[in-house]
Parts: sequence; structure tokens; C-alpha cells
Amino acid sequence: MSTLTSLARAEAVERGIAQPVCTVRHVHIADRPLVFVPLAMAGEAGAPLAAMVGDDPRSPRLLAVAQPRNRDQRFAFAAGLAAVLLRYIEGFLTGQETVPGGRGREARTRFPDAPQILVPNRAATGFTRLLGRSTRFRRTEGEYAVLPAVPLLGRWLTFLAERAEYPGSSLLLAATDALSRHWATGQSPVEDLNLAALLGWIDPPEGLTGPQAAAAAEDPLTWPPAGPATDPTFDNEVLGRLIAACDRAEAGDDRARQRARSALEDALTSQLMPTWGLMWQAAGLLRGLPPGAHVATRWAADKDAFTWYAEQLRDGGPPQPRRDTAVSAARRLARLERVQAACGAQRAFDDPLVMAEHRLAGEAFAGRVVAAEPGRQDCSGTRRKLRPHITVETADPVLMEPGTVLTSPGRPRQQARIVSVSVTAGRPSRVLLELSGGMGRGLTAAPGSVPEPGEVTCYATFSDGFQPIPAFPDPADTPWTHGGPPPQYVPADEDAREEWS
Amino acid sequence: MTPVGRLAEQAVRGVLADLGSGCHRGVVVDSPPGAGKSALVVRAAADLAAAGERAMIVAQTNEQVDDLTDRLAGAQPGLPIGRLCAQDYLPPPRVTEHAQVSVASRVADLAGCLVTLGTAAKWAVLADDVSWPWAIVDEAYQMRSDLLLRIAGRFERALFVGDPGQLDPFSTVDIDRWVGLTWDPMQSAVAVLLRHNPDIPVHRLPVSWRLPEPAAVVVADAFYPFGGFQAGTGPGDRRLELSTRALREDPADEAVAAAAASGWALYELPPRHTLRTDAEAASACGALATRILQRGCVSYSERNPAGTPVTASRIAIGTAHRDQVKAVRAGLGGALADVTVDTANRLQGREFDVAIVLHPLSGRRDATAFHLEAGRLCVLTSRHRHACIVVARAGIPELLDAHPSTEPVHLNVPAKFPDGWEANQAVMAHLAPWRVRAS
Repeated sequence: MSTLTSLARAEAVERGIAQPVCTVRHVHIADRPLVFVPLAMAGEAGAPLAAMVGDDPRSPRLLAVAQPRNRDQRFAFAAGLAAVLLRYIEGFLTGQETVPGGRGREARTRFPDAPQILVPNRAATGFTRLLGRSTRFRRTEGEYAVLPAVPLLGRWLTFLAERAEYPGSSLLLAATDALSRHWATGQSPVEDLNLAALLGWIDPPEGLTGPQAAAAAEDPLTWPPAGPATDPTFDNEVLGRLIAACDRAEAGDDRARQRARSALEDALTSQLMPTWGLMWQAAGLLRGLPPGAHVATRWAADKDAFTWYAEQLRDGGPPQPRRDTAVSAARRLARLERVQAACGAQRAFDDPLVMAEHRLAGEAFAGRVVAAEPGRQDCSGTRRKLRPHITVETADPVLMEPGTVLTSPGRPRQQARIVSVSVTAGRPSRVLLELSGGMGRGLTAAPGSVPEPGEVTCYATFSDGFQPIPAFPDPADTPWTHGGPPPQYVPADEDAREEWS
Repeated sequence: MTPVGRLAEQAVRGVLADLGSGCHRGVVVDSPPGAGKSALVVRAAADLAAAGERAMIVAQTNEQVDDLTDRLAGAQPGLPIGRLCAQDYLPPPRVTEHAQVSVASRVADLAGCLVTLGTAAKWAVLADDVSWPWAIVDEAYQMRSDLLLRIAGRFERALFVGDPGQLDPFSTVDIDRWVGLTWDPMQSAVAVLLRHNPDIPVHRLPVSWRLPEPAAVVVADAFYPFGGFQAGTGPGDRRLELSTRALREDPADEAVAAAAASGWALYELPPRHTLRTDAEAASACGALATRILQRGCVSYSERNPAGTPVTASRIAIGTAHRDQVKAVRAGLGGALADVTVDTANRLQGREFDVAIVLHPLSGRRDATAFHLEAGRLCVLTSRHRHACIVVARAGIPELLDAHPSTEPVHLNVPAKFPDGWEANQAVMAHLAPWRVRAS
């Protein structure tokens, strides 16, 4: 935990309410997100029990499984979920926007918007992944056939869960994650995983303080767990009895079946309704924050990913493989690391409070430009180059070595190399910087491209600049150190077979 | 030759015999700290060159490549050596002073070289489509398997040398997507190699030439529980002497004296939960370094039987985090400018006379996997030829007791020994007799 977050947590305890750790919002919140609150059966990961889903806070749709151990009912649940989720996703498969090309890239088109699924917590993201895993290989004919929407749902869920691994992606967002990235509470990070307690700290009901609201959230009768795990007492005393009643009613007439089923649905609704409300409260709180400057950039990447996957599906591509091969795993890790670095830099560039963390850690400094030589040229090489010098005076500790390359949030395409740092005890440090890039083509800097004396500026050791993905061998050339080339994937009926089927 | 010398020589001959036999695509050599890893790389390269085989040598940093280049050129005058580098790289004098070394950023410019050296990152971005019959990969346990994936197509057979007790490679992303896969890209190159090629012979170098006898016992016991190793020098071969008396005996003097006498000291600050950049601990590290210089420490060893003063450049201060490095360095000045202050990751492979270690768990409220990692403490406590002073807040054994490791156990992932929790306990138990309380 960083120094500033520790301070914010201490202040939250003292003031009895969560403290902001960001000045802007760093996630995209759609106008019409789809809230998905899944519940799983205790004892079997990935066995759905119920879900509350919908894009309208006033009309939640309850999906329930009367006997979660029954595979047929499990896939009937998946078909029910597919009806809601696929209709929501299909709503975004219309229209197109053109992205202008540049730097050797051609102009391309993508969908103008993308779906956004909100789940309560990271465990729900994991459940989404498992549900996708259990449905995407299902066959629509032959043994254990399912409705065509089920494998399609599996592919979309898998796509969303895999996309959620990308830092800064907002297609599938966990509410506790998004909230605790913006507010620090007076409780431990483990307690922050409880959505009701976390929201109690951030936005306590009238007349309660944060800690009081969080303590009230510990009672599973008023605030049942946000899933996917259910409250064990509820399982033992209510759920077990109702599921047994449903089983018994199977033998009876329609009316008895209906009665048993609606009793179960009422009980599940009572477990899900409080979380449903909290999810929309969380979305509203986040929407109330002004968005950071790079949120749109990251959402555009999400739209690209969505468009790409929609095209994959349209072209009849196979379902996502069960495991990454050596090459695809390495390539994915490289991509994730680059996205992570860029996203971290963007957050700091968008938000002075996040940048303050880096300044405290000695990775950035802020100060005032006290001298500038915008016309300075470097004549040491064969060709003269424009290399302006500026001097920045800062009260931050400057622990960087000369030669370090820095970037300023205001001029992200310009590099600043530290020439020297002069530190005098009790006085602000002076940093002499040599600038290159982002000043136009000639030997005179374009107006405004070199900071002028008096300008308040900030320089950081990181940047969100584009970093190419390194080249990896073709999967067919996987070397002997990594087990040689993987066997060619041929879709087969066997794919649908699981160890339990 | 001494008995330990014979033991070490026998191990090296075993490696070279396996390498020359042609029976194996790869050979792995596990080497404890300071066991002559670089010497083995140089000898293996010379062996291959003598047999007329072209070899590529892969190390992890430019610093390491320059060291190997220098040593190889010194050992094999007349052998044409290529130093492959990035375009903006400036070769240091220890590389340019050898006329037999050509420095270039393209393989085509190094055509006549039997041995070519470069960083793994450079080998990975090479545009030319060329390959070598042999590769020697140094510090292979510190190389991530996805980097090996990028260069493995360039060689047919390889010798992998490294220290399994040091820090594992890491990633900035926290994801368990590939846990249990044999080609997990976050694992070390050797781990992935051995899982796909279980019949590859694994050798072990049995003698540490760096660590003095008291350190070898502790480090071998805590971090190499199965293989173990012994010190190349005997109990009296290494000595530290303080040439001046202390003006007034304070705890720092006591700690320095304990380290000089026994090779170890634990400088214990009063218990307190602190920020990562604990100002008292940081200044204690600086104060101990100052005291070593002020007291005129002289080291006697097999290299310098007549004694040589311990200068600032022979002292290292090691920490867990970069901000701690900055906090420690901010307090050093003047005479201490040459003291090396760095994180465990960056101290790997380096050697000093005296190491001052800011304990990773000092002042913490919790013991996370990062701070418990056995490799981190192993690196920090195995950099020294003479003595190691550990600086820590009191209460680490209690903290360990309150935080047993809770890392999940995954299917299909081989258990890793030693466990960081146990290694930390073992080191603290070894340090207890040399504890000096500050204030």
C-alpha cells in the first residue's frame, strides 16, 4: 500500500467516511450497462444457482435453477441467460465509426459502442469465466445437445472474462474493484471485497457513519453476500429445504411444481435484490465522477476488441481454446505487460493525486520552469539537431540519475533527458533538462512546444508511449525447450465431453 | 590442490564431459552464490572454441555480458570474440581494451568470431536469420521462459548455468492464467526447460569461493536444503580487522565488531511498524557503513594475505524496494558516495567485502509473498566475502509466526524448496547469537 493510500485510509477512519484517492474516474461507465449478479451452488464451482440480470434498474430478470445438480437444468439456465445477454450484446452490433489511419496503418471501422457488463466482485468475474468455459464447447446436436444460444453465450462470456484480464479494460467490470480504485476506506482491503460494506463506507445511508454502515453490512439477513458464494446459513436453513421441496414436487402435478418453484424464486430474489440495488448505486457513484482524459482512449481499445471478436464469430472461428499454447501464452503476457505499463502512466497523467503517489516514490517531480533556451541546438553530430534546454525548480526530492529520460503529461510525445540535478539543502532542487521530439520538423521549436519560464510542469520516469509487441516464433516453430510444436487443433465431438459428462 | 579445489574441479569436469558427449541437447548447472559460474562459462566456451564449434553466449544484462567478454578474452588471448550489442551501446574500457573483441550490432559484422556474446534481449530482437550449434545461457534461472522461447530457435544444443536459490524472474502483471502449464511464461527458463526435457542432466557446483566459512554454513542450510555446498576457504582464511579503536563504544561499533569477529551481525532497532521507507533504518544502514570506513577496516584473504583496506566501493547496502534504495542513498554523502546501494534484484551476481542488509520484513505489519521470497533474502545475505550486517526492527520471528504462508497450492506445479517462510526463520535463528540492540 502506498504512502498516500495509507494516509487516506487513516483519514477515512478519523472522519468516518471513505476518502477519494483519485480526482477523476479511471473506468468507463456505459449509459446502459448490463448488471449481472450470479449465485453459485455451494460445493461445486461453476454450478449456477441463480442470477439477477438486466440493463434497467427497475426490471431485474431473475434466472433460477430448481436443482443445480441437474445438468439439463444448468444448460436451461445458460439458455435463459443467453436470451438476455445475447440480446443486449446484439444491440451493439449495429452502426459503425471510422478510425482514421496513420503511421502506415490503414483507416478501419469499428462498432461505435460496446457492451458493458457489471458484476459485483472479482469472484463473479471468475464465475463468468467458468460458466463460459462450461458452455462454449457444448454441441447443438447429438448427445447432450443444447440450444444454439448456449455455446454462443459461452464464447461471449469467455471473451469478456479474458478481456477483463487487461488492465484498464471496462467491458466486464467488477464493482468492488472499480470502487476501491477510487476510494480508500477505513477497513482492510479484504473487507473491501464486501460490496455492501465498501459502499457503506463510501456512501452511507442517511444518519449513519461509514463504520456503522459497514458494520450493518455484516448481517447477512439484511445484506446477503453479493455472490457467487451464498450465505451458508441461508443454504442450510432455507435453500436446502426449498430445493428438496422442488425435487418432491417433480412427482406431483403442475400446480405443486409451480408452487415449489415460486417459493424458491422468492427466496433467491430476497438474496439477490439487495445486491442488485447496490450495483446500480455503485454505477451511479462512479458515473458521478468526471472521467479522466484517457478513459475514452481505453474504451476505444475495448470497442476494437469487441469489434474484432464479433468478426471472429461472424466468420465462424472456433471457440477459444481451453489452454494457451507456449507461444500464445508468451504473446498474451507481453501484451498484458505493455497495456499495464501504458495504463499506469495514463492514470498518473490524468490525475494529479495519482501522480502525487509517484512523486512521493521518487518516480516523478513537479515544479516551475525557471529558465528556457528554446533555440538551443546540438551541433556535436554530423547534422545539427534542435535540443532545447529548460531548467525546472522543484521542491520534490529528485532522486533520478542524469541521463534518465522523462516524459511530461502535458507533452507526452516529447522526451526530456536529465542533464544535471543541483541540490542545495533547504532550497528547491534545480533540474536541467534537454528536450527532444514533439517540436515540429525544423530547427526552430513550434510555438508552445517548449515550456516557457513560469510554466508549472511535471516530469515522470514513465510514459504511455506505444511499445511494439515483440516477435515470437510461429506456433509451428515452438522450440524443443518448450515442448516442440503443439498438435494441430481439430474440432471434434470429443471437445464437448467433460470428465463429468 | 586443496581437497575442496579437487571437488570443484571434478564437478566442472563432469559438466564438460556431458557437454562434449553429444548425448544431451541440454545440460543444466546449478550454482550456489560465488561458486565459479562465470569461470565455468568461460571454460565451456573455450572448450567449444577449441573443438572448432561456434557458440553464442547469452547473459541477462549488459554488465554481465561485458564481464564475461572481459574474462573470456583474458583467458583465451587470440580467440576472436564478438560482442553483440544495441545500437546506442557504448562499450566500456574493459571490453575495448581487448583487440580480439569486435563490437557490433549486427551478426553479419561478427562473421569471423567463434564465440559471440550478447544479452538475451538483444538475441531476441536479432533480425538476421542465423543460428548456432551451441549456446551457453548464463543466469538462466533469472531469465523468464518467454524470453527463452524467443531465442531458443537460434541454437541446437545449450548449456544453462544459474543459481536456483536466487530471485525468480517476475512480471508486472498479476495473473494466474497459466499456473500449472508446463510452459508458463512467468516461470524461469530452466523450470520450463526441465519440465519438457526431464532427462536433461543437472549438475551442481559444490564449492562457494565467495562466501566465507561462517556464511556458507548459514546460506547453504537456509537456502540450499538438499544440495548444500561448502566454502572454498577454511575458518581462518578470511579475517576482518579494525585498525582503530572506537572513541566511545556505541551499538553501531558493537555490530561492526561482531561482524568483523564472526562474519555476521544483526543490528536490531526497537520494534515499530513503519512505512517502507523507514527513516531510522535507512540512516542506521548509512551509519554502519560510515563506521566501517571510520574504523579503518582491513580485510585479509587468500587473495590479499597482506591485507587491503575495505573502501567504500567494497561495501554494499541491499534493500527489497527501490524507494528504500532512494531513502538510503539520500542519507549517504561525501565519503560514502562510492557505496553501492541497490535492490536485491539488481545486486544479483555482484560481490563485495561487506554487505549491509535492510531486512525485507523490517517494520512490516504483514509478511507478503514478495517479502517472504527465499530468493530475496538469499541474494541479500550472500553478496559478501567477509561479513554481513543485517539491519532490522525487532520482532521478525514473531511476525513470521503470525503470518504462516498462505499461498495456494496449485495442481501440476512442482513444490519449490526452500519455502520462504522457513528460510526466513532459519536465517533469523542463525543471526540470534550476534544480535546487537541499537540504543
